[in-house]
Amino acid sequence: MPAPSTPMRLSKGSEMDASLPAVPARRGWPRASWILLAFAAATLLLALAGLALGPVRLGPGEVLSALAGQGDPRAEAIVGGIRAPRVALAAAVGAGLALSGTALQGVLRNPLADPGLIGVTAGGALGAVGAIVLGGTLAATLPAPLRPWLLPIAAFLGAGAATAFVFSLARRGGGIHAATLILAGVAVNAIAGAVIGLMIYASTDTQLRDLTFWTMGGLGGANWQVAGIATACIAVALVGLIRLARALDLLQLGERAAWTSGLEVERVKRAAGLWSALAVGAGTAVAGPIGFIGLVAPHLARLCVGHGHRLLAPAAALLGAALLLAADLAVRLVVPPAEPPVGLATALIGGPFFLWLLLARIRRDA
Amino acid sequence: MLTRRQTLLLAAACGAVAGLAAARAHAAAPGRVLVLGGDLAEIAFALGAGSTVIATDDTALWPPEAAALPKVGYLRRISAEGVLSLLPDLVLANPGAGPRTALDQIAAAGVRVETGPEGESADIVPAKIAFMGRALDRAAAAETCAARFEAEMARTEAALAPLDSRPRVLFLISLAGGTPIAAGTGTAADAMIGLAHGTNAAAAFAGYKPVSAEAAIGLAPDVLLLPDHALEGYESPETAVRAAGLGATPAGREGRVVVMDGLRLLGFGLRTPQAVAELARALHPDAALEGL
Repeated sequence: MPAPSTPMRLSKGSEMDASLPAVPARRGWPRASWILLAFAAATLLLALAGLALGPVRLGPGEVLSALAGQGDPRAEAIVGGIRAPRVALAAAVGAGLALSGTALQGVLRNPLADPGLIGVTAGGALGAVGAIVLGGTLAATLPAPLRPWLLPIAAFLGAGAATAFVFSLARRGGGIHAATLILAGVAVNAIAGAVIGLMIYASTDTQLRDLTFWTMGGLGGANWQVAGIATACIAVALVGLIRLARALDLLQLGERAAWTSGLEVERVKRAAGLWSALAVGAGTAVAGPIGFIGLVAPHLARLCVGHGHRLLAPAAALLGAALLLAADLAVRLVVPPAEPPVGLATALIGGPFFLWLLLARIRRDA
Repeated sequence: MLTRRQTLLLAAACGAVAGLAAARAHAAAPGRVLVLGGDLAEIAFALGAGSTVIATDDTALWPPEAAALPKVGYLRRISAEGVLSLLPDLVLANPGAGPRTALDQIAAAGVRVETGPEGESADIVPAKIAFMGRALDRAAAAETCAARFEAEMARTEAALAPLDSRPRVLFLISLAGGTPIAAGTGTAADAMIGLAHGTNAAAAFAGYKPVSAEAAIGLAPDVLLLPDHALEGYESPETAVRAAGLGATPAGREGRVVVMDGLRLLGFGLRTPQAVAELARALHPDAALEGL
């Protein structure tokens, strides 16, 4: 069986050559396109399940007529007002986290570069909490149509700062040792956690109510306005990231080799960082910190379609959307009428996966 | 390898479908009320409307009939569809219930949602009773209930009036992780300590804040007040206080640790007069307190 992923320590381009995408990708293309189609079908199926299933039992006919706008008002409010924005948000956030993970792993040439592990999510969380606690006065000065954008923008800035920090580490070393990357993530997570604690300390009771809901994470707060703003931000970021696929392939040769083959390495890294921060920030702002999708989805996608980013990027995005749709569906159905936080479900999938990744790595080294 | 993964994904989807197929059936009946908030649930039962209450949230622990009802989760993170799945026609919510979006979505599905009065003091209780009386169509029972509450409260306050000492009380809502969290001004605990003729030792700050053991010694509390849930996992109040490093406070040295039912102490509901009396007796063990 091939190794589950690219090697974890990639300071030299030569290590990468063995798993370079070009040849296997061309040979396996028809199979890969079927796989992409299957992923798309699975995502669509889960999205439909997200519309059709929930604690309230509605027949397929009721769901269809509610979607067509001809159902009874209650079914329409449930399907159109509660489930649909939630499904849209789950798909967008899942795809955004997965593709950000893919891009960060590609740029840093390190398979452990999950937005949650390296601190990008924590940066976004810090920005969002800051906006909730300190943003009240700022929001009052903004014109009304701009106010709902404050949270995603603040989260984007926080995520962007964390990404810039991790990238600056990468620049110094050429490529980063996995341990350095994880330790940097530990540091960013600890600092962000401490400042969030400080903000919670300073918050009023009303703000604390918002924070309690938000820090537990979840897609339950989604209405069309929230889902629309987040989905718009993430869609822009997804387009930006998918366009980087070729550049990310070249980067796998090592930055110097990529540069000699005509790639504007710094521009690509900046773009990847920017779009990742936008996708992670927008997702974190509305759904709270959701871990591990950015780690699990790219790895599963790599197992299925190989390392070439032109297939890997869309495959990971679809898989991320499918995973978060499935996790959200699970938390909605597991103990109705209550609902556990969705971050719990993703951590339950992701934690063991992460361990398995580490153990596989240790076994290979031994 | 590959097909196995796809099969797994498909199996997960099928599992979800099967789970739904096993879902329970509902019988629609009029007068189905869902109450969010332990204080409001308590009043609903006291007004004799308990049989119309179909579900509550995790904070509704009294009376036992309310505690036994289905729970829709934690007050502050309600799931809109979870609430709707119980087919309520009326949702009565404590102002702390949320998120706001979920309540809006419940209202959008045609369910009447009403939010009770906000505040952390004994004065708010008659307003809560009146609110529940209106919403549950039991105005007469509510008037009797509110009058009884006000009489009990007045009697308790009169009985406590002769007290001339005000011991310093430090209320700790949790001891978790070795960092006790104390109640400053503007909290329900602060109001209760005042009613029971105590002085809040943590009046220097507002809201709930963590205090270190050293800061707690500086606050020099004569009495440590704890809700019962803060003691989970400890043998006795004394071991809990020592474990949190509070043994060196005046209260720790004298062993003056008072433990009370959290909802009764902080809920500002019908049991508030009794809770004030209980706390006052604990704070003033040597006083006669006639009429309580």
